[in-house]
Amino acid sequence: MKRSWLPVITTLGVILFLFAPLVVLVVNSFNASRFGGEWEGFTLNWYEKLWAAGEVWESLWITLKIAVSASLAAMVLGTLAAYSLHRYRSGLQNVHHMLITLPLVMPDILMGMSLLALFVLSGVETGLLTIWIAHVTFCLSFVTMAVLGRLQDFDFTLLDAARDLGASQAKAVKKVLLPLLLPGVLAGGLLAFTLSIDDYVITFFVSGPGTTTLPLRVASMMKTSRSLPMINALSTLLIASTFLFAACSSRLQRRA
Amino acid sequence: MDDFLVIDHVSKSFGAQRAVDDVSLTVGKGEAFSLLGPSGCGKTTLLRMIAGFERPDRGRILVGGQDITALPPELRPVNTVFQNYALFPHLSVWENIAFGLRMSRRPREEIRSGVDRMLELVRLSEHARKRPGQLSGGQRQRVAIARALVNRPQVLLLDEPLAALDLKLRQHMLMELNTIHEQVGTTFIYVTHDQGEAMSLSDRIAVMNAGKVEQVDTPEHLYEMPRTSFVATFIGDANFFTGIAVELQHEGYVRVLIEGLGSPLVLSNGELSANQKLRLMVRPEKISLTLKRPPSGERVNAFSGIVEDMAYFGSHTRYRIRAGEHSILAQLQRSRFSGGEIDPARGSEVWMSFHPDEARVVRLEA
Repeated sequence: MKRSWLPVITTLGVILFLFAPLVVLVVNSFNASRFGGEWEGFTLNWYEKLWAAGEVWESLWITLKIAVSASLAAMVLGTLAAYSLHRYRSGLQNVHHMLITLPLVMPDILMGMSLLALFVLSGVETGLLTIWIAHVTFCLSFVTMAVLGRLQDFDFTLLDAARDLGASQAKAVKKVLLPLLLPGVLAGGLLAFTLSIDDYVITFFVSGPGTTTLPLRVASMMKTSRSLPMINALSTLLIASTFLFAACSSRLQRRA
Repeated sequence: MDDFLVIDHVSKSFGAQRAVDDVSLTVGKGEAFSLLGPSGCGKTTLLRMIAGFERPDRGRILVGGQDITALPPELRPVNTVFQNYALFPHLSVWENIAFGLRMSRRPREEIRSGVDRMLELVRLSEHARKRPGQLSGGQRQRVAIARALVNRPQVLLLDEPLAALDLKLRQHMLMELNTIHEQVGTTFIYVTHDQGEAMSLSDRIAVMNAGKVEQVDTPEHLYEMPRTSFVATFIGDANFFTGIAVELQHEGYVRVLIEGLGSPLVLSNGELSANQKLRLMVRPEKISLTLKRPPSGERVNAFSGIVEDMAYFGSHTRYRIRAGEHSILAQLQRSRFSGGEIDPARGSEVWMSFHPDEARVVRLEA
């Protein structure tokens, strides 16, 4: 049989396309050259500078706080929303469905502007709380969609069966419905977390003084060539932690 | 038979639809009882009311003297085997069976021994660690039965227990269900639309139609002595004739004039008056076919007709015979044809005859 090289070539092409920019970034973070145009020797200088840049770490901390709390809130609200959307039928249900999918299709810039207008109008000072509200708003849609997909396959006679076997309504939900929805809830939550962590546009509108999230910080650092190599170093660390996170979770899944 | 499960004038409507209409039934302890009827006859609604998933609009349901009408499903001494089994896909076979015992907070040791005993009963001990998704249809069915029975319910409800299985497995599970019922001695209530299943599984059957119970009886009585034409057609095949009682004889025999056919003598099982309009039912296999006219006598009803159609089924042959405006179904065992060497062919004249005791008078419906 003749072996075709096409799949191998395609794979190599995709890898090159996806990872070449990352490689350039990682290499440059160790490059003594400030602009990264040519290799001027190995250095850990940028990492030292990054380590000393307290405002970057503060931004990372703010971002993580918001991402974790917003995705947790979205997981709870999204699961409830999905359950009610799936379970109850009324004339308003189509409207509810549309409302919850709206943030998925609405341009970020529109959402950011309208949220800001609302906050200004209602006299809420922009800051951590407004960012959190904005993030929960768009994260909610993603969790709801993921859980709705899971509910589509859920056989509601399972709840009858649990009741029949002596479980109260609350117990049936806890022992049967939630465990079976959990993969959807977690998938939606993870998606929400990643979207929250790198959201720029919406956060730009609703953030206030002292609440510069990491994406906002990186964008502002881009403006000065002095800190450009520091971004490379920061990105390299983020890439490393992403891979570490993925490796850990896949190992955990295998053990379970 | 003591009245263990009592359904007392129970009604249930969904909107304008009367799903169950004033049904009263009693089932004895340890009995295997079937609710039989076509889809939409109310049998599933009745089952769901016994299980506690629906609340009756009127009437009461009692188990062992206790009124359970207002109890939620989790507090009823009743367990259900669902039609699609409704096994918990995220739990192992063992955990599925243990679910009910865990909910009632039994001691660990009792749960272990109870589940193991059930696994043995349904012969699935070696599959205890598997998930339901890894089992065959028949195995899932047995897990569902074990999961219900482990709670020692006073009544076990089985909703179309064999509907999801293929034909061969169905025959096997039929025998198995009878064995399990014999071993545990619990009251079994089957819901089924399949008359063959109901006949071979139950001590007694309630035939339901349009929310009402038409007849409650043993399988033999339902087949041999149906009281309504619905029961007669739902359980087996039947020929119906409408006629007028023209001559009442002693010992319940009555001569019936059937227009276009003749005036056969039949045994009636109820009170009749002369000139009353009535309906006769004769099972196809009770009709004998001969090529020559059978010897006439007081106890033989014979009519001639033309063979319109026939179908060969191996163990028997069915004939559709035209006699005037009547089209009559007759079914013969191969060896029972006694009119000569040759079988009646399409278009040939044959004689049909039946004994007076083989015909039934059924209720005349409006």
